[in-house]
Amino acid sequence: MEFFKIKKDIPFMKHALVFNAISFVTFALAVFFLFSRGLHLSVEFTGGTLMEVSYSQPADLNKVRATVGTLGFSEVQVQNFGTARDVMIRLPAQKGVSSAQQSEKVLTALKADNAEVTLRRTEFVGPQVGDELAHDGLKALAFVVIGIVIYLAVRFEWKFAVSAIIANLHDVIIILGFFAFFQWEFSLAVLAAVLAVLGYSVNESVVIFDRIRENFRRYRKMNTVEIIDNAITSTISRTIITHGSTQIMVLSMLLFGGETLHYFAMALTIGICFGIYSSVFVAAAIAMWLGIEREDLIKPIKKDRDNSDENSGAVV
Amino acid sequence: MNRYPVWKYAIIVIALLLGVVYTLPNFFGEAPAVQVSSGKATIKVDTGTLQKVEDALKAAGVNAQSVALEGGSIRARFDSTDNQLKAKDAVQKALIPDATDPQYVVALNLVSRSPDWLTSLHAAPMYLGLDLRGGVHFMLQVDMQAALTQRVESITGDLRSLLREKDIRHGGISRNGQTVEIRLRDAQQLEAAKRLVSAQLPDLQTQDVADGAEFRMVVSVKPEAARKLQEQALKQNITTLHNRINELGVAEPVIQQQGLDRIVVQLPGVQDTAKAKDILGRTATLEVRMVDESTEARAAEQGGIVPFGAERYLEREGRPLIVKKQVILTGDNLTDAQPGFDNQTQEPVVNLTLDAKGARIFKDVTRESIGKRMAIILFEKGKGEVVTAPVIRSEIGGGRVQISGRMTTAEANDTALLLRAGSLAAPMEIIEERTIGPSLGAENIAKGFNSVTWGFLVIVAFMCVYYAMFGLFSGIALAVNLLFLVAILSMLQATLTLPGMAAMALALGMAIDSNVLINERVREELRNGASPQAAIHAGYDRAWATIFDSNITTLIAGVALLAFGSGPVRGFAVVHCIGILTSMFSAVFFSRGLVNLWYGSKKKLKSVSIGTVWRPEGGSAVKAD
Repeated sequence: MEFFKIKKDIPFMKHALVFNAISFVTFALAVFFLFSRGLHLSVEFTGGTLMEVSYSQPADLNKVRATVGTLGFSEVQVQNFGTARDVMIRLPAQKGVSSAQQSEKVLTALKADNAEVTLRRTEFVGPQVGDELAHDGLKALAFVVIGIVIYLAVRFEWKFAVSAIIANLHDVIIILGFFAFFQWEFSLAVLAAVLAVLGYSVNESVVIFDRIRENFRRYRKMNTVEIIDNAITSTISRTIITHGSTQIMVLSMLLFGGETLHYFAMALTIGICFGIYSSVFVAAAIAMWLGIEREDLIKPIKKDRDNSDENSGAVV
Repeated sequence: MNRYPVWKYAIIVIALLLGVVYTLPNFFGEAPAVQVSSGKATIKVDTGTLQKVEDALKAAGVNAQSVALEGGSIRARFDSTDNQLKAKDAVQKALIPDATDPQYVVALNLVSRSPDWLTSLHAAPMYLGLDLRGGVHFMLQVDMQAALTQRVESITGDLRSLLREKDIRHGGISRNGQTVEIRLRDAQQLEAAKRLVSAQLPDLQTQDVADGAEFRMVVSVKPEAARKLQEQALKQNITTLHNRINELGVAEPVIQQQGLDRIVVQLPGVQDTAKAKDILGRTATLEVRMVDESTEARAAEQGGIVPFGAERYLEREGRPLIVKKQVILTGDNLTDAQPGFDNQTQEPVVNLTLDAKGARIFKDVTRESIGKRMAIILFEKGKGEVVTAPVIRSEIGGGRVQISGRMTTAEANDTALLLRAGSLAAPMEIIEERTIGPSLGAENIAKGFNSVTWGFLVIVAFMCVYYAMFGLFSGIALAVNLLFLVAILSMLQATLTLPGMAAMALALGMAIDSNVLINERVREELRNGASPQAAIHAGYDRAWATIFDSNITTLIAGVALLAFGSGPVRGFAVVHCIGILTSMFSAVFFSRGLVNLWYGSKKKLKSVSIGTVWRPEGGSAVKAD
């Protein structure tokens, strides 16, 4: 079986400007929604109490809301979680009230109302922990970005490093933009997914850059644009298939993983889709704008090249 | 060119064997068990206890599949939960005659059913996190500033009595935050006070404050001493928590230090959070009282009526002791308790340090009651126990008390620990709490398992269809990857959480990337007209550099998550990182081994089964099968 029967190199770079414009617009929209709507942060970040209770019958949310409301909490969120019988209650952090009592109080009140309610899960996070998690998240993001830039700069060239990281940060912002637009809950697990996607879609750029480097050595007559087009064309089938395979796994999580893994899988799905797009259309294009040339890549890795030439002698 | 030397195959076989052995325990499931562990620092679970448990089971007529002493606790395995419950009752009756004073913790637990030879290889099933097995998780923040303030408060008293003892006149001692300010009359007194502090209290540092005509000095705790104090406070809190949690009867509690000032408590299987929280927050107190040695009291020890103004307490050995109700000192006056040895007799002793007020009271009391007995009682759960009741031999001044008398070194250690750990060294606050119901845990396992299984099956099916034989090799390599991942997680006993299972699924989804890269590369070489053997060789060789680069970038993200993540993110990161490493081995090294084994020996290989190799030049597809 072969899905990709491509006769000629696809002139991706001819349309680079269009792609970059599309990217820029999506990016701008994502940033706009991030600022206008903000992220719907989970209790892990904001601090507060989260309770998941389960009823034997479909739950009456209004009644639950009223019951919790009588306890004097401000800004209580009550919503279904997964099924109609499971209810998630979110209480804001209160100064001076210890964690524990909050959930006890709510559960007692709910039990008085309907004895069949059972507590499935509670989560309390103090405000100081929330702040820390947010900071640690940002630190992790910075670490990943710097680490990848350094690695790519050493392994390839700074222009590649910069374009790869711009392309992939643009993915990250777009994922965040989706979460802001739909007001999906942004939890620690989603943060993990975002960072994993960052590492993963840099892969994609690496594969294409690897091919660009190789092409610079092999096809001495081609110009930069042709070389990039050829590199993308010859790796596109791999790109689609690997992302497809990863997406199969993510889809399986989306289908079987339940509510807890839902947004995690969602973040991965968006990340993977935009990962393909940005690696193929954005990263290489930025590298092209930055003006990569044969000399950038061939010089510093002379030894490497000799080796590969030896092996590939019969092939070319 | 496509042959592995024997040693490479040997590595693969050994790795596979290890992988299988360490993955195996996960398949045996878990058996209901009763676990007996020590309920007090002074009680050790040993072969004697083992004998008692075995006897109790025999007497109750419950057949255990195995009873074994492992690392300080006894585990008895049963075939059904009915027997488990029966056994728990029997063991509880035999080991804990007095329910109000449990010496052992008898808890229900689940123990791996894996055979003994696996256990002897330290092969155990994966350690499931709380979200997969249910339970409570607490993170407590220790208020170190309060601990330090408390210490400075007692130092203030110490200084006051020290200065009085040495006849150094001062114009006032006051605590100012975490420093003590002393006003003195003149330069000489100031000098004398400074010398005194540095000689007597080595943990303190002094600083002159030149303020016009006044002579003042500021005393503060040295930074290294403060650090030590905080470490001790944290350790003491952990010990106290241990003692208290024992009472809950949790089979495998986790109580760990996190960072400099935090303690994580995880209680698998516990659902009653209210009780758990109550127990974590409780304080224990220490009291020093005189032993009532009147004849009525002696009679009461034998079972008579306790005289007025006295109470009956039990000693650790279980002997009753009649103690006066009047409290001489409380634990508040005790600043430290350390095990040590007597200078002359070389007997193990416990050295207590009292604060200034305590020292003064102690001196007065001991002067008046030489030859009498004094009892040190620890109150916990509203119930007192006599830790020790030594005879007073002489007047004891200076706030340094030595308790001696027929103690072994271990007993001295335990007593010191009990005295210190009776109460929390510093207040704590719960800053994070998670409760997961047991049904939710089981559901989460099922969800994680289903995600991994279905994703895995669909990918393997697709690979087999798309890449034919090479796809099958890739599928096998992916299965091996999963095997290694589970084996390593079992081996490391890293905590597996639901995000961890998600990471496992994701790791497999990403691992196939390497195989796709290789397979596509081989196809490309074939398309360009390379011979099958050369194509395989070149395909693997060229793909390797790319695979390495891309895995490194993914690993950077994984390491960042590991370094900065906490809680669920950490669980994800561990599996993610291990998954990347195993995928490099299985997808490249192992799958190459399979290919070499299959094709490598065929010298005149005409074609390889890698699905359709499509050639644009010819205009027609060449089925290379």
